[in-house]
Parts: sequence; C-alpha cells; structure tokens
Amino acid sequence: MFSYRKLVVLLACAAATAVFAQNQKIEGVGRTATANEVKAWDIDVRPDFKGLPPGQGSVKLGETVWEGKCASCHGTFGESNSVFAALVGYTTPKDMETGRVAKLLPDANTPSRTTLMKVSSLSTLWDYINRAMPWTAPKSLTANEVYAVTAYMLSLGNIVPEDFTLTDKNMADVQKKMPNRNGMTTSHAMWPGNEFGGTAKPDVQGSACMSNCSVDPKVVSFLPEHVRNAHGNLVEQSRIVGAQRGADTTRPMAALGAPAAGPVIPAVKSADKPADTAAKLKSTDVASILSKNACSACHGMDTKIVGPSFKEIAAKNNGKSEAVAYLSGRIKNGSSGVYGPIPMPAQSIGDADLSKVAQWLAQGANK
Amino acid sequence: MRISKFIKLAPENFLSNEQVKSVYAGRRGFMAGAFASALAVASSARAQSMSRSDDPNIINLPEHTKGLGQGVAATGYGVPSVHEKNLQRRQSPGLTAVSQSGVSFAPLQGLFGIITPSGLHFERHHQGWWDIEPDKHRLMVNGSDEKMLKKPMVFTMDDLLRLPSVSRFHFIECGANTGMEWGNAAVPTVQYTHGMVSCSEFTGVPLRVLLEMCGADLKRGKFVLAEGADGSSMTRTIPMSMVLNDEVLVAYGMNGEMLRPENGYPLRLVVPGVQGVSWVKYLRRIELGDEAYGTKDETIHYIDLLPEGKHRQYSSLQEVKSVVTTPSGGQVLLDKGFLNVSGLAWSGRGKITKVDVSADGGRNWKSARLEGPVMSKCLTRFNMDWSWNGTPALLMSRATDETGHVQPTYAENRKVRGTRSIYHNNSIQTWLLQESGEVKNVQLS
Repeated sequence: MFSYRKLVVLLACAAATAVFAQNQKIEGVGRTATANEVKAWDIDVRPDFKGLPPGQGSVKLGETVWEGKCASCHGTFGESNSVFAALVGYTTPKDMETGRVAKLLPDANTPSRTTLMKVSSLSTLWDYINRAMPWTAPKSLTANEVYAVTAYMLSLGNIVPEDFTLTDKNMADVQKKMPNRNGMTTSHAMWPGNEFGGTAKPDVQGSACMSNCSVDPKVVSFLPEHVRNAHGNLVEQSRIVGAQRGADTTRPMAALGAPAAGPVIPAVKSADKPADTAAKLKSTDVASILSKNACSACHGMDTKIVGPSFKEIAAKNNGKSEAVAYLSGRIKNGSSGVYGPIPMPAQSIGDADLSKVAQWLAQGANK
Repeated sequence: MRISKFIKLAPENFLSNEQVKSVYAGRRGFMAGAFASALAVASSARAQSMSRSDDPNIINLPEHTKGLGQGVAATGYGVPSVHEKNLQRRQSPGLTAVSQSGVSFAPLQGLFGIITPSGLHFERHHQGWWDIEPDKHRLMVNGSDEKMLKKPMVFTMDDLLRLPSVSRFHFIECGANTGMEWGNAAVPTVQYTHGMVSCSEFTGVPLRVLLEMCGADLKRGKFVLAEGADGSSMTRTIPMSMVLNDEVLVAYGMNGEMLRPENGYPLRLVVPGVQGVSWVKYLRRIELGDEAYGTKDETIHYIDLLPEGKHRQYSSLQEVKSVVTTPSGGQVLLDKGFLNVSGLAWSGRGKITKVDVSADGGRNWKSARLEGPVMSKCLTRFNMDWSWNGTPALLMSRATDETGHVQPTYAENRKVRGTRSIYHNNSIQTWLLQESGEVKNVQLS
C-alpha cells in the first residue's frame, strides 16, 4: 500500500536532491570579457616574450627618464640610495658568456646581491617596470619609456652599449647576454606538481631520534646584551598575566644580576678573550685582510658607505666584554638590523683573519 | 609554596622594576616580598587588619562587583580588552626601509589555539595596501592565447558570492618567515622569528569552477597566473595540480567576515601550503597559460640562493615546521614548577602527525599532545606538561608531517642549503631558558 506518509518522505527526498545537487551547470553568472577589457588588463610578459608590445627605447632616453623618475630611490647608477636594494653591480663580461654570475659563489664576498646578478629572464625586468614602476605612480610609463628604462639599466650593467636601442625585435638577442640566465634550478621538491620536473623527496630530512640522540648541543649564536632592546621594550609585547611576562629590556641584564653559568652557556674560545688583554692592533695590522676580503668596499674608516664605518662599529661595541665573539659572529654569519636597512651577507673569511679584524674593531679600530 | 596568590600587579599592570630585578637575581618568592612591602605602605586600616595570606583582590570587592557595567553595542564592532594592548602586530626595525613594502609580524607569543585574530594577522605589502570598493572590483579570467578558453570572462563580487562556496582552515606563511635567522640569531622573540605565519578560515569559490565556466582547456593549460589590482599588480605562477584538485580558492571570506583590507579585501587567492606571496591580494585577473611566467617575485625575489651559487626557482611549498610559543624568547618565567609548554606546528604537504619537544638541546625528546582538530595545511596547536626545576634548559620542538617529513635542525638545513638563502627556513628553533627565568633566542652547533 502506498501511504500518504511515504509519499511525503519521497517528495522531501526529491526536493533535497534538487537543492543539493552538485556540479550543476552554472549559467547566468558572470559575462564574457570584451576585447578592450582584456587588452587593458592583460599586461603580463612571459620569459618567451609572449605579451610584449611593439616599441623601442634608447639608453639615452632611458637616462632622462631614470633621472626624473627612478634615481631618487635607485640612485643615478642603480646603486640605490639606501632605500631599496641595489639594481646594478657585480656582474662581469665573463658572466655574460657563461650565464652564471661568479659573484654569487660563496667565496666571492659580495656585499649585496643586485637585481642584475639574480634576474635570469629579461622579460621580468620589462614586465615589472611596466606594471609597478615608478613606485608612487605605477603604470604611468609608456611602452617606449619602459624599453628605454630597461635599456638604461642594462647599459649600467654593461650588458648593452651606451648607444643601444632596445626593441621588441632584439629583446631575445639581449636575453642571450643576461649574466645569470643559467643561474636558476627547479630541481627541488618545493613546487607542487611535475611541471618543472623537480624531485620527489625533500632535500633535507630531520632526525626522528627520541632518546640519547648523538648531539652535543652548544650555544653558538645569541643576541648580545647591548641589542636586547633593539626591538623595543619586550615587557610591553607580552600579555600581563600568565606563567611569564615580557622581559624589561630597557635595563641591562648585567645590572640586574648576571645569569648563572650553566652547562649551556657558550664556552669562551681562545680567540674570544676580552680585547684589553690582547695586544693593541692598528689599521696597518689588518689593512691587507680588509682589502683581501673586500671589507673596505662597504665600510670606510670614518665614513658610512654601504655599511657603517669601522669607527662607528668600534664605538657601538666599546667596552662590551663579549665584543670579539659577537663581532666575529656577525662578520662570519652576516648581520642585519643594527646599523640600517642594508644587511651584510655572511663573509667567507679565515678564522685567523676573522678574529684579528674582530679584535681590532673591539679595541676601537685604531688607525 | 605557590606564590601566584601573592601576586600584586604594579599600577602599570606589569612587573615593577623591583620585581623584575628580583626575578633576575633569581629570588623566587620575590612576589611575596613585594607584596609585604606594598602592605607596609598601605594606610588602609582594612588592609592592615588582614592576615598575611588574604588577597585584597578578594577581600576588597572591586568596582565591577559593586557597580553597574556598560550597555550593549557600546562599540558596534567589538575590540579586545584594554588589558591586551601589548599584543600588537609589530615591525622589525631595519628590516625594510619603507612601510609600504614592509612586514608586520603576528604576536605568536600571546595567541591560543590555531586561529589568528584577523586584526593580528601578519602583513606583507609590496606597494602599500588599499581599501577597495567591492562593488567596483572585478575579476577577469582569460587565456594566454585565444584557444586556451572558450570565452574570457568578467565576474563582479555579486557574481562570485552567488557561486558554490567552500570554507577551509589553512595557515598562510611568508616564504621569508624566519629568514632573518638563516645566518645567526638576529631577533629576540617568537613574534619576529616566526610571526609571518597566520591561520584563518577562508571562504570562497574553487578556482576550477571559474575556469570551467570559461570553457578552459585544462589539458593544454599547464600554469595559472594570478594578478593583483594594487599598484604592484603582484603576479605569481600558481601550481596547476592544486587548481585541478580544487585546493586553490578565490576567497572573499576570512574568519566569518569579509577579508580585511590589509589581507586583500575584497578578493584574494588561497593556495594552501604555498608561501604567502602566491596568495595574491586584491585579485583582479587569472590567466591560464602553457608556460610559466617568470614574474619578479619568482625570478628576482623569493628565490633560494644555494651554496653552489645557483638559485632555486619556483620554490613554493612551506615545509614542515614548528615553534614553541610559550615560553619563548624575550619572556621571563615567574616561577619554577609546573608549566604548560605550548606551540604551533604546520606543513605545506598536509597534516601534522607528531610534534616532539626537547628541553635538553635535542638529546632527548617527548611527544607533545596535538590539540584537535588536526587539519591539512593548517596550524596545529601542541601542548606538553612540563616541570621546570630552575636550571638552564634548551627548549625545542620538532614536527613531523603525514608524508613522513621530519623538521630539520639548523645544522641539517645549512649543510644542504647554506646560510645565504633568505627564504624557506624551517629549522628547529631553540630557546635558552636561563636560570634567571629569562628566555633567549639561541642557535646550537
């Protein structure tokens, strides 16, 4: 017997199916884009130059545009004015032949990595300048001005001559001279998918050891006391209730009672003895080291260049008992955030030279 | 004796200098002494008549117990307690020169559970943020050539909010999170070491739905370009595999409301497990193409410099990672004894299956409790009972994900990746808990 009650249940089920059916064809939502609309927004230029509009721009025109619209942030020669990272520098004619930038090698001690050292595809420069520059008025350059500015940047890097005119026709030829065009690899496991080949397994696997693991934990890096307040007073950055409070970093730890020495406090190495017990060093003692490791490229004796002057570093660390260890660490591992926005990369410098320079700085960078 | 019942807050609601001094001097029970001296100067007869163990916060009824409180809708959009003002997004001094292309870090040291309050979500802008009028915002979907789609389309926000909607919990982490620490310990607290990660519930439309509405050739289309509407018109190449399995969302919702302007209002891409730069904000255009796009942020930035001088390009996944947030760098423990050690773990490859915690620098580990729900490509909260005996300790956490990937140490990572990459630092974090109670950011050999 077909009851009324069953009919109601069946109808309810049917209704539910209609409401929750998935993968319905969706119609009447959205509309077709017009050709003009696509043209207005589809501005990307791919590494194969698909999307590149016709046009041309000379180095000479580029220089004029650069002076007016780019130099205030990027410097007249792309060296930056301490605002943004430098665009140009540290590429060589040899790099243009090999397509690999030698200054990216670990022993090169390059003070900063410039855009021309890194960029592998010329399309990227054109695309980015076109979409996002100048900083405060993006998309205000004409296509020809973008060609010109790109050409000027390339000429600063000696990739094209000063009388060069960059056009949509010769972009592919210039691409063959880009210093870091062979400097990229997609042989890693960090792209989801197989479009770039890549590797299936992550490159670094941690240990799953749970007990008596063969580690000898020693503290090798920590913040020195005199920068503990560099991020503001930490007591104002933690909740006012709980098992802990933020530390009052306006007060030097030493004045509050030194932390007790325990097994985890780093051992003082022989090279890290307080500066005043060591022989007084003069600049002549370290001159060859500073030159060999290109320290002087960024640090002047008394004046700031890219980084702080040696005297400024010495003054900041004057009287600090751990100054030699601290400075050695900052030179060897790189440093940022202490003197300004430009970070210093890690330096490949021998241990003996390293401790000599650190000691000289800790003693006051005497001339 | 438990000393917490003697705690008397200083007028400014945190430890007085005297009290901090006592902590540093290692005088546990300092709170009792501070309380006694406060009593000595109190002139209230009532206070003087109290026995030493009576808490004036109990004995003297406070205003809120004796008066009339505020009415409803005092603030149309509620804000946190005034007593929580210490927890703010903050910048790391000197990290970036201009705030329009800067970073602010989420205060992980004070957060519970897995959801980041939207107002504390980390920020990364490339050319400043905007509050865009939603009724004027458009999303265009087109192809790299005319055959890639049957028809390029334009969607309004009205259109997008009509379409099939999904809501999912995911973390978002900047590829440069913990980047300042590749070379050495550089910043003091977990806010600055790990605060470029946040986690929210995102609501939106699977990107595949939009591509299918356009009649996309999903066999020829190998890559998707996402482009923003702001001045930077941020672009990134998006992995097609994640579009096809419906992971990539065109999202408008975050934690039950619309996206915040700083996070891309009214529309952003959600690419679970992939670094934040690919989650293009103010999303205005999707292009389906047959080649990768080599954009600025995958050719000049967000590339990983390896020891041999080559850069990894299109490195996008955020690998397995964790950090202890309580206690953490720049904090001072008030007492020895029982403590809830707590932290966060996540992986761009899926679910977290295990988090181990060590207090001795990695020689011995114990598995922490994972708080549910444990979700794929989402923050997972872990907790562990611990008793601090007052001697120095090296606190670490180590996560494992469902693919079996174990979070590496700094030594393990540097051996392969060197120290010069700015990006993708998922090394195990160590906090040195000193005898004084103060916690320091350190790195181990």
